[in-house]
Amino acid sequence: MKSAVIVFPGSNCDRDVKVALTQSTGREPLMIWHQDRTLPEVDLIVLPGGFSYGDYLRCGAMAAQSPVMAEVVARANKGVAVLGICNGFQILTETGLLPGVLMRNAGLKFVCRDVHLRVEVTDTVFTRNYRKGQRIRVPIAHNEGNYFADEDTLKRLEDERRVAFRYTDAAGNATAEANPNGALRNIAGILNEKRNVLGLMPHPERLADALLGGTDGRPMFEGLAAAFA
Amino acid sequence: MKAKVHVTLKEGVLDPQGKAVQHALGSLGFGGVKGVRQGKYIELELAEKDPKKAKAEVEAMCRKLLANTVIENYAIDIAEK
Repeated sequence: MKSAVIVFPGSNCDRDVKVALTQSTGREPLMIWHQDRTLPEVDLIVLPGGFSYGDYLRCGAMAAQSPVMAEVVARANKGVAVLGICNGFQILTETGLLPGVLMRNAGLKFVCRDVHLRVEVTDTVFTRNYRKGQRIRVPIAHNEGNYFADEDTLKRLEDERRVAFRYTDAAGNATAEANPNGALRNIAGILNEKRNVLGLMPHPERLADALLGGTDGRPMFEGLAAAFA
Repeated sequence: MKAKVHVTLKEGVLDPQGKAVQHALGSLGFGGVKGVRQGKYIELELAEKDPKKAKAEVEAMCRKLLANTVIENYAIDIAEK
């Protein structure tokens, strides 16, 4: 599998994703600087976590206008798999590849801790190595993860089974108490219509190796490796 | 030519920061504040001399970058100086 990680000024999870991808695919991803206008042919493009452009104006707003992003959007529309993690998710909503927006956390605090997620769909290249309804533990670290969209958009996301992950308690229930940031319907990650673009606030790459204290994030990368083997 | 842009949250979009500011004002004894909505104010210096063209240009800037129209409204004020 060939993959590329887009690096913006202020990205800080780009190397974590590189480690996770190398571990699961046996091949190092290309690291693509945001000012590049050309992108080699790849199976997967990752927009990593971090604070691109210092979160100026709005999280992800400036990165969404970076030279390389026009090509990323074009590839996504052609069906290439695109994964946006944390700031990457924010960038995807700013480009319009994913609907809605990630607002300031309801509690107004930066939240950095492990959360429980429920895997809602498994018919995607990102989640195929999980079981439907599986409860996993993955870290979050963000100040703007409060997913918001209008009622029509939320209904569409639900009807089209495009909510990929939801925040839950340890038992797998999507309660208000288990919601770390006020995200509507406990949404932690969503897909585009064609299901080749996933954005999620939690960081699977941060728990993809036993040495880091857990491996619940690893099936995402293993699944991608298998899908594009 | 100068453009003044106000970016505000749409009605119905929760504003936790505004709520916190309202709460803090209440704690300071300003009890009469019924609501606070926080937004952004952006000033642009433009080379364009024609106010109509300037406004159209700033509109495009708002749609493309300055505001996220999913949750925000914008208002543009063009000033000669």
